[in-house]
Amino acid sequence: MPVRHLLGLADMPAAAINEFLENALPMKQIISRDIKKVPTLRGKTVVTLFYEPSTRTRMSFELAAKYLSADTVNVSASASSMAKGESLADTARTVAALGADLVVLRHPSAGAPHLLARMVDVPVVNAGDGMHEHPTQALLDLFTLRERRPDLEGLKLVIIGDLLHSRVARSNIWCLPRFGVDVHLVAPPTLVPAGLAALGVTVHDRPEDALPGAGAVMVLRLQRERQQEGLIPDVREYARLYALNGERMALARPDAYVMHPGPMNRGIEIAPDVADGACALITDQVTNGVAVRMAVLYLLMLGRGD
Amino acid sequence: MELLIRNGTVVDPAAGRTFESDVLIKDGRVAAVEKKITARGARVLDAAGKLVTPGLIDMHVHLREPGQEHKETVASGTCAAVHGGFTAVAAMPNTDPVADRPEVIRYVLEKAREAGRARVYPVGALTVGSRGKELTEMGALREAGAAAFSDDGRPVADAHVMRRALEYARMLGVPVISHCEDLSLAAGVMHEGLVSTMLGLKGTPAAAEDVAVARDLILAEMTGGRLHVAHVSTAGAVRLIREAKARGVRVTAEATPHHFTLTDRAVAGFDTNAKVNPPLRADADVAAVREGLADGTIDVIATDHAPHAAHEKEVEFDLAPFGLVGLETAVGLVFTELVAGGVLDVVTAVAKLSINPARVLGLSRTIAPGAVADLTVIDPDAAWTVNRAELVSKSKNTPFHGFKLKGLPCATIVGGEVHLAARG
Ligand SMILES: [Zn+2]
Ligand SMILES: [Zn+2]
Repeated sequence: MPVRHLLGLADMPAAAINEFLENALPMKQIISRDIKKVPTLRGKTVVTLFYEPSTRTRMSFELAAKYLSADTVNVSASASSMAKGESLADTARTVAALGADLVVLRHPSAGAPHLLARMVDVPVVNAGDGMHEHPTQALLDLFTLRERRPDLEGLKLVIIGDLLHSRVARSNIWCLPRFGVDVHLVAPPTLVPAGLAALGVTVHDRPEDALPGAGAVMVLRLQRERQQEGLIPDVREYARLYALNGERMALARPDAYVMHPGPMNRGIEIAPDVADGACALITDQVTNGVAVRMAVLYLLMLGRGD
Repeated sequence: MELLIRNGTVVDPAAGRTFESDVLIKDGRVAAVEKKITARGARVLDAAGKLVTPGLIDMHVHLREPGQEHKETVASGTCAAVHGGFTAVAAMPNTDPVADRPEVIRYVLEKAREAGRARVYPVGALTVGSRGKELTEMGALREAGAAAFSDDGRPVADAHVMRRALEYARMLGVPVISHCEDLSLAAGVMHEGLVSTMLGLKGTPAAAEDVAVARDLILAEMTGGRLHVAHVSTAGAVRLIREAKARGVRVTAEATPHHFTLTDRAVAGFDTNAKVNPPLRADADVAAVREGLADGTIDVIATDHAPHAAHEKEVEFDLAPFGLVGLETAVGLVFTELVAGGVLDVVTAVAKLSINPARVLGLSRTIAPGAVADLTVIDPDAAWTVNRAELVSKSKNTPFHGFKLKGLPCATIVGGEVHLAARG
């Protein structure tokens, strides 16, 4: 059954995930050409609705749409409607009335894309909802790993950082174990959400306990606000105990990949030499992000059977 | 005008028994409870196969009037009450303005008289504006008709204020109904657990309730005041109340149908109708609440009926208000989940819906000659499906839409007057 929306990966069948990734392969070829444009989505309009600033994700979606010749309209709702007290429901009706063919939504509230999907007739893509999911990020992470290691069975992947607030971590936790990845999580106990261990992942207090044997390490961005919220005593202490530096990387396998969803706080959650090291896939992630999003736009707008 | 309820099974929780009997009502009072009554000219209500119970009382309801009449009014709320089998409700004071002055209490009572449906027992605010700082003039509120005191909707954060409230209410002989929640722990929009983690929603741990219940029990023990713990939702709170009762602390407690029926999994899909405070909890908590109901730790079943308009709930989950409507689904949930579910026998279930809340509020409920004829007739076998469109409450925010239930009130009699539920 074709997927109508991309709201999250928790409930998405592996077959649907594979379909997105398979379609990302030819898309990646398109963006490596000199002329990065195909007429596939000509005449279609993609609305990107961002209630939260994120230049990277928005640019990635916009480029993906443009490479496929779709028109894009960007609405930064924080500046306009939200400030005027317009509800998401009202905005949804406006977007539908304007004739959008697909809506990309970034929103600070978990579940906002689900609400939108119930109210509009067109496909909705979740570009990050609160602490809930960031499905295209997890898809591009999976795509990037599989480029290097087509068979992920038995790969030990360590995710280090603020698990409590991370939608990137959540989407990856739903997705990666289904492809045989052995997922290990590391965070200060104050940044670990309840009940994680029930999900078939291993949770550690300290990076040193998790890193031995790791074939890939994914580092999450630390928001400095966590210190004000009293969740960590001090950012420097966090860096001392949790930053992925050369010494800690030495505990992992010598060929272990390093990933980061960006933007990075160099020197806080990741040491510059690790971020720029030979095994870092961080720029691949950015490129693959466009290819994966092209596949998502294509499949949701044209690849649908209904 | 006489009313004869014929061939029913009378449930008498005070005596702990059921028996087949006719009930004759005359001039608003029970005139006779006997096997075969002949009353020529009386209106006859055939109750064969049905239960005739003391009038049900929901001691925890938000009627929203004055101030938020678009959600509910005293008239629409009491209409929902009689539809749900309730002859009386206690109305929480978190209206706008808050019921912290006698005028507001009198206003609610006047509206209830005008509506002429279920009886309304207003609850007075414990502190001015329910801000948790200074006590209200509880004596004056009591005189105006306040049946109990509470700042429900928010906890009394200051332990000293709670201590004084319990002491003062003891003097007036009324209970303090406590919404037990430690706000410094309760920053979430649902229960903290695996489901909140999966949904990426901020969770409130069970400890937020446990900590507050523990404090209030200690203060009740110290002051000798009567504490009634509203909407118990956690295993920890049940255990603490059980232990306090065993020590002789003057405490009673209530649980809601949603807390003994649903878990936090009802939030999956971001259904804002499942957003309540206290939140729907984990399996172990639901099991503990049922155990507490079964062993008498939890005395009362109350709905915490909290109506909200559709547009207020049709928003992002973390922006939606807390609360669900409960009056019209309570009896069905009690009979389906607790009676058919083997948690409570019929007599105990009815006690928790009638004489126990009456006792907490200092009222009486019996089916005996001379007693006020507040009665509910329930068909325990009627199967029905909850349909939000059929609710008579002004708001339709129920998470039970589509639930198949067994057990339906078919007549609600207030002061001898029949309010027939039109459903079924
Ligand atoms: Zn409450
Ligand atoms: Zn309440």
